[in-house]
Amino acid sequence: MTSELAPSPLKLANKRSNEDRLFRGVTRGAGLATFVILALIGVFLFIEALPAFRSQGWRFLTNTGWQTTGAHPQFGVLSALSGSIIIAVIGLIIAIPVSISCALFINEYAPDTLLRFIPFKNFLTAAVDLMAAVPSIIYGMWGFFILQPHMVGLEKWLSTFFGSLGIFQNTSGAYTSSFFIAGTIVGIMCMPIITSLCREVFSLTPSGEREGAMSLGASRARVIRDVVFPFSKGGMIGSIMLGLGRALGEAIAVAIIIALAFPLNFHVVQAGGNSIAALIALQWGAGGNLGTSALLAAGLVLFILTLIINMIASRIVNASKMAGR
Amino acid sequence: MTAVMDSPDIEDSGEIEEKKVSAIRRIRPKEFKPSDVVILLLTLAASYSIIWIIFAQLTLLSGALGFVVLWIPTFLFLYWFVNRQMFTRQVAVDRLIGSIVTLGAGIMMLPLVMLTIFVFQKGLPLLSWDVLTKTQQGVVYTGPSGNNIGGVAHALVGTIEEVAIAAAIGIPAALLTAVFINEVGGRFTKSVRVVVTAMSGTPAIVAGVFIYSIWVTKFHYSGFAGALALAIILLPTVTRGTEEVLKVVHNDLREAAIALAAPEWRTVWSVVLPTARSGLITSVLLGVAISIGETAPLIMTIFGNQVMNANPFVGPQMGLSLLSYKQIKLPIQSQIDLGYTSALVLFVLVFGIFILARILGAQRKGSGGGRRSLLSFVRWTPGSALEPNESAVVKKEEFSSD
Repeated sequence: MTSELAPSPLKLANKRSNEDRLFRGVTRGAGLATFVILALIGVFLFIEALPAFRSQGWRFLTNTGWQTTGAHPQFGVLSALSGSIIIAVIGLIIAIPVSISCALFINEYAPDTLLRFIPFKNFLTAAVDLMAAVPSIIYGMWGFFILQPHMVGLEKWLSTFFGSLGIFQNTSGAYTSSFFIAGTIVGIMCMPIITSLCREVFSLTPSGEREGAMSLGASRARVIRDVVFPFSKGGMIGSIMLGLGRALGEAIAVAIIIALAFPLNFHVVQAGGNSIAALIALQWGAGGNLGTSALLAAGLVLFILTLIINMIASRIVNASKMAGR
Repeated sequence: MTAVMDSPDIEDSGEIEEKKVSAIRRIRPKEFKPSDVVILLLTLAASYSIIWIIFAQLTLLSGALGFVVLWIPTFLFLYWFVNRQMFTRQVAVDRLIGSIVTLGAGIMMLPLVMLTIFVFQKGLPLLSWDVLTKTQQGVVYTGPSGNNIGGVAHALVGTIEEVAIAAAIGIPAALLTAVFINEVGGRFTKSVRVVVTAMSGTPAIVAGVFIYSIWVTKFHYSGFAGALALAIILLPTVTRGTEEVLKVVHNDLREAAIALAAPEWRTVWSVVLPTARSGLITSVLLGVAISIGETAPLIMTIFGNQVMNANPFVGPQMGLSLLSYKQIKLPIQSQIDLGYTSALVLFVLVFGIFILARILGAQRKGSGGGRRSLLSFVRWTPGSALEPNESAVVKKEEFSSD
């Protein structure tokens, strides 16, 4: 206590050293740079898209054609936007059941090892991850050359028996390059993302509740229904929405499969369709300066759409995460 | 169907129950006897026949795909119905869910297997040293092509250069951002995390058009522009992955470093990052694996080139994915085949990096990243991305340290 024992008291530095301030500054700069990049994406796309917006005004959102050259250019993003949404919805309808089943299988059903030496669970997880890393160009090629011929039969069947429903109507007789095929491929591409996220969510189910249900005699189906699902509802919705964002933005696989058609079209098994991302990929370099500007404007629409969806998704997910803890 | 994992307590009580009420035939849902296998097989056969008959009568649905699409629900319904009749409702539902889930996993794996076979089947015949070392210089796309199909060397060089530059820009930025979110913190932590999530969901093609509007309009097409676009894709991917890995590093280690009067940067550099090393390597490599396969942003940034352009800063370049995309649109079969070969080279690259990431990531278990899911690095992940058995241990320790 007395200063005699310690002639010179240890000086405590409560200020950060210069190195630390530099370190903090650099990392903070990197963190804030992400803000800047996101803002720049919006600003620069808007600046470059201005000629297109000036040319069409608000009609850019309601026009369906894509005539960017000539004296009276007329173009709009409506059919591409609706096409993107149709493809994404078809993709999700296919991807959601498969992904959730697969995630449940990996989490609840798959044995750790198969035949005592194959690490089955890890193998499945790795395979799902690999599926996500496979380039979209390869999905597109596979979809176009392998899947499409198989899909045509199913499409014909659907249009014959459910054609009266409207969406399965086929007025042209051509079944290839349709929304349905593009949506299927996009669905397959979304599967690994949704599966992996759902698997993570399911694995966070508290083991106490799970074991409690089992000790009360619940079957695995009941455990899934009454324990796993209620705990992971928010996470599931969030991962599906992130899958939706991915499905909306898929360009190359859709560009390979779909035959670009600009009229507004809801006939999913009919040849011809449109999507914003595929439109940009397919029309790049065509249509002159105004065409490029119009494509950038379409890109801006896609950017804003996916941004909104991702923000909502991350909010839902964060809320459910808090509730789950 | 699947392995039976019983806890002994349940087993005992079940047996006692069975003795008590021997009159009622009791079945535990997880039980799967040889007779159940017979039921399963018979149901499969019956549903197959039903669909086949409908097929034969309709004669409209062609192709194996449509057949399978109809067969699956028919089988599921029959299987549920038979079990409902023979056992109880619970057994039927449990088995129904079991089959749905198993089928789901099967359907999931099918495209991967088919893709791999497809890529190798189509790409291998043309793969040779010649194709790997030649470019497309002087190749004429119209008319009879003859033997002059060119090669993929220019695209291979382009891809490697672009991804290398993208990694050089994106990875340090991603690591710093992750360190900011997880180690430094401050007022903006939450919003930076939200922004990174939003960025990771931004479509790749938007990254492409962005780089076009900010860079290419002023400096023209170049490999570097493509690298910038890839860096934008890489940045949020690696950031999220790194953040998840850093989260797992135990707080005790940080506290120990601080107690030893280590400055903040020293704690991060010498304690946190080395502890998470294998997880970091995995997250970085997986980010690279994903960005290497992107095609869409390359269209409006590197533009494509027929000849070798080893300088990424001047003039259009080529990339493997872009080459495939351009080749398969050509009307000549030999050129389409070259597109397949280019896709095969790309697939092998991605697969190689993926395997490398798994091997390096699995080296040191418990150091924050081993057997983790790739997608926890890619998009948002709820909570820690640990394996369930590991997470239990960590949670316990966290609890005790708190």
